[in-house]
Amino acid sequence: MSSIEGIIKKGDYFDSITLMIVSKKMREMRGVVDSAIVMGSAENISILQSAGLMVSSFQNCTDSDLLLVVHAENEGIANSTLLAADEMLLHLKKNKKAVSGGKEIIKSLEAAKARLPKANLTIISVAGKFAYAAGLEALYLNQNIMLFSDNMSIDEERSLKELAKKKNLLVMGPDCGTAIVSGAPLAFANSVREGKVGIVGASGTGMQEISTLIHNMGQGISHALGTGGRDIKEEIGGISFLHALSMLKEDEKTKVIVLVAKPPHQKVLEKIGEAAANIKKPIVAVFLGATRECVEKYKMIYAPTLEQGAFLAAKILDQKAKIESETYPAIEKPKGVPLKYLRALYSGGTFCYESLLMLKELGIENLYSNAHATSVKLLSNSNVSQEHTVIDLGEDEFTKGRPHPMIDYTLRNRRIMEEIRRDDTGVILLDLVIGYGANMNPREEFIPTIIQAKKEAPHIPIICFITGTDSDPQNRQLLIGSLKKCGALVVYTNAQALQLAVRMI
Amino acid sequence: MSNLLQENLNVINLGIDDFYQTLLKHGVAAVQVDWKPPLVFDKKLLDAIFLNREKIEKANQEALEKVQKSRPMLIGIDQAKNVIPGMTPKLILHAGPPITWNRMCGPMKGAIIGALLYEGLAKSEDEAQTLAASGEIQYSPCHEHQTVGPMAGVVSYSMPVFILENKEYKNRAYCTMNEGLGKVLRYGAYSDEVILKLKWMENILYPILKDALSLSGAIDLKNIIAQALHMGDELHNRNRAGTSLFYRAMAPHILKTNRLKEDQIAVLNFINGNDHFFLNLSMPASKVSLDAARGVKNSSMLTVMARNGTDFGIQLSGMDQEWFVGPADVPDALFFPGFSKADANPDIGDSAITETAGLGGFAIAASPAIVQFVGGSAQDAINYTMEMYEISVGENSVYQIPYLNFRGTPTGIDVLKVVEKNILPFIDTGVAHKKPGIGQVGAGVLSAPALPFKIAYEKFASSFIKGEK
Repeated sequence: MSSIEGIIKKGDYFDSITLMIVSKKMREMRGVVDSAIVMGSAENISILQSAGLMVSSFQNCTDSDLLLVVHAENEGIANSTLLAADEMLLHLKKNKKAVSGGKEIIKSLEAAKARLPKANLTIISVAGKFAYAAGLEALYLNQNIMLFSDNMSIDEERSLKELAKKKNLLVMGPDCGTAIVSGAPLAFANSVREGKVGIVGASGTGMQEISTLIHNMGQGISHALGTGGRDIKEEIGGISFLHALSMLKEDEKTKVIVLVAKPPHQKVLEKIGEAAANIKKPIVAVFLGATRECVEKYKMIYAPTLEQGAFLAAKILDQKAKIESETYPAIEKPKGVPLKYLRALYSGGTFCYESLLMLKELGIENLYSNAHATSVKLLSNSNVSQEHTVIDLGEDEFTKGRPHPMIDYTLRNRRIMEEIRRDDTGVILLDLVIGYGANMNPREEFIPTIIQAKKEAPHIPIICFITGTDSDPQNRQLLIGSLKKCGALVVYTNAQALQLAVRMI
Repeated sequence: MSNLLQENLNVINLGIDDFYQTLLKHGVAAVQVDWKPPLVFDKKLLDAIFLNREKIEKANQEALEKVQKSRPMLIGIDQAKNVIPGMTPKLILHAGPPITWNRMCGPMKGAIIGALLYEGLAKSEDEAQTLAASGEIQYSPCHEHQTVGPMAGVVSYSMPVFILENKEYKNRAYCTMNEGLGKVLRYGAYSDEVILKLKWMENILYPILKDALSLSGAIDLKNIIAQALHMGDELHNRNRAGTSLFYRAMAPHILKTNRLKEDQIAVLNFINGNDHFFLNLSMPASKVSLDAARGVKNSSMLTVMARNGTDFGIQLSGMDQEWFVGPADVPDALFFPGFSKADANPDIGDSAITETAGLGGFAIAASPAIVQFVGGSAQDAINYTMEMYEISVGENSVYQIPYLNFRGTPTGIDVLKVVEKNILPFIDTGVAHKKPGIGQVGAGVLSAPALPFKIAYEKFASSFIKGEK
């Protein structure tokens, strides 16, 4: 008889990533059907309810309670799993104490500022609803802010940014996953050398792609400042985007500026354009989906794709700059068999968006996605592909209660195998984003799926490109080698991957 | 213009630990914050606090400064009826926030029965019970009469009390004399031996000490407390050094009194034999200092933490006289042989006034001798004190902790910091048996319950919204 058991730990707190990792380890235990470890907020309770993981003792819990729940084949397994999870958490807690080496454990921003009086940037990655308060306090302590947290209301975002503007401080985010300041990678960023290209981005994956491509072409990054995706909407008015741009204008290390975002709201674009027109440094604008005309109007250099943005910026600094590429012989499309389809499974949201734009340009009709874009059809079920399908696995529907697909490959690995076993799959396209914050072990957790897929269906091409550098901890070169060895077609950018893919369908 | 890009990067990481590790690997100066969700989360209140932050901090500094400038002096001893404001024959003072007879815990009821027997208002336990519940006896918190009392904190009409005066601000505070350990009124015992000892204290101890004090002149308690901290007391669960220093100050004067030698010897032995004698001076010394900080407009600093064995109550400087109350918890304790947590009464006593003033649990790093209460290692004690700095307005200017390079003890609990950081004040305490008449069963530590702080925070923050301030 399957059984759902749960326990409440009062007053315990762990960050969300730690919890998701422990929860994943629980799910991997024998006899466990499903599990979760969450803080007892109302949102989490509703997630538990919809996941069928609610137990009655959770009814009266509060925000500061930690909830552990297991759905297992029987009560014995459920209880022993809970015990094991509890021990893992205890162990992590002990580690934390050990790491502090008997030193004072800092429990607040205020104390942190007292410990590090020169602190000038605060990274905030607490649950979204608490991020505003933390942000206010950080501004009060004269901190620039990187808000990794998401789920902040747009009013809160605006009021933080307006206050920051008054104090001449920069707010990156909310939902800012990556940044590089003076060579230091923040949150999900890659190891890139310091250099002359400064980036302002409202797109996390876009910034990672451009910064790594620039590194891989031999150039480097001065700073990469994120703004969060909503900054360029009318409601926020590009407060952070404009601020970051003016910071790069003043920064002596920055010689070339790259802007990357989905097209800003018209009024925001005008403001950015006017600011850009006043900057003497060359500015390459990658506003995915924007027309050449509306970029060039402001004397900015138009780049239609991420790849082009990186290339044009590098070329200003080095005439000989060139993006790596690989030639694969034309593959004969089989004749007389039903049309086969493209299945692109992305972990990076910006890649998904870029693909939808590019595939339309490349003349692909009947495009389905779980992401919204003009003249793209919405999948009726995000878990089942229809005709040509482009999926963003980083969308909320896939990440509720589990880590981002750049960290946890489980869902995508499963999806790859599903596509491989369908007879209408013509080609599979995958991104692999490495670097800090991403899964540290793709060779153990991603490559085996590719090996298995090629074994089951050697005739289905798998195209993969890696966003990362050779100095990232996962090492891009080694991964390229492993991927090639198991029969995947490795290219170097999303654009290259799409161009290759359309030749095969 | 922000200079982030021109300055060296120095990062505070609030949340995911991996980000901190990455920064360390890149040689970036960084600190990790061990964050917890706040106790209260209400955006309206957050905004209200944020907008008034500077005003509040200024008020808190002013309140803290009053505590720092206070000079508690022991100036005399007299019976409650002669000195405690509002004292009447049918009034009984008790520890903690206000409470009615029917909600009182066992030890509190026991102590009140004992006080009625001691005052001769009842002849037997039954009679005392009936009288106590009759409505004829009035009950009022010590704190509302410039008084504090350990454990049950019961003070009745004829009990002798220490008189403390704050030399700087001229306010006064009162406290009974400590009865020692074993079967004692403050733990709810009321047998004949308890009453007999109280009578001895009234008839022998009180007059001799009173005479001795008139010979010695006022005793500077701030001075004794500062020294005691250097000698391993935290002045709540350990008062051995304070008691010794007090004994040394008084002994020659006790011998100079015109009293029977055997009584003088008995008094000296009584003080010498009770390591907690000084608790009943460190408490009113804390009280008289904190009372000076009452009523500072906009201050979120605590002036009282007190428990009556049923409820835990706090008061804020900026919202003077108002109690914020929630249920008291049962302490984690080391129990005397034969007793367990099942026997323990919820936390009781006004003695948390020491923590409110930056002593006790807040100063536990000064007291390595009692670290078995907090996990056994000296580092545990240091960690607790370090954590209390997080919720304190500032540091004491005179009370210091040798091990922390003579850093001042964390002083002046800020209810905003408690709620925002989700760090509750850490309290050293004795544990009473939940049944009346049995007495002490252990000693230990506990964190204050969250509820009184949540309520106080909500009321304090809303006062800025309603424009009451």
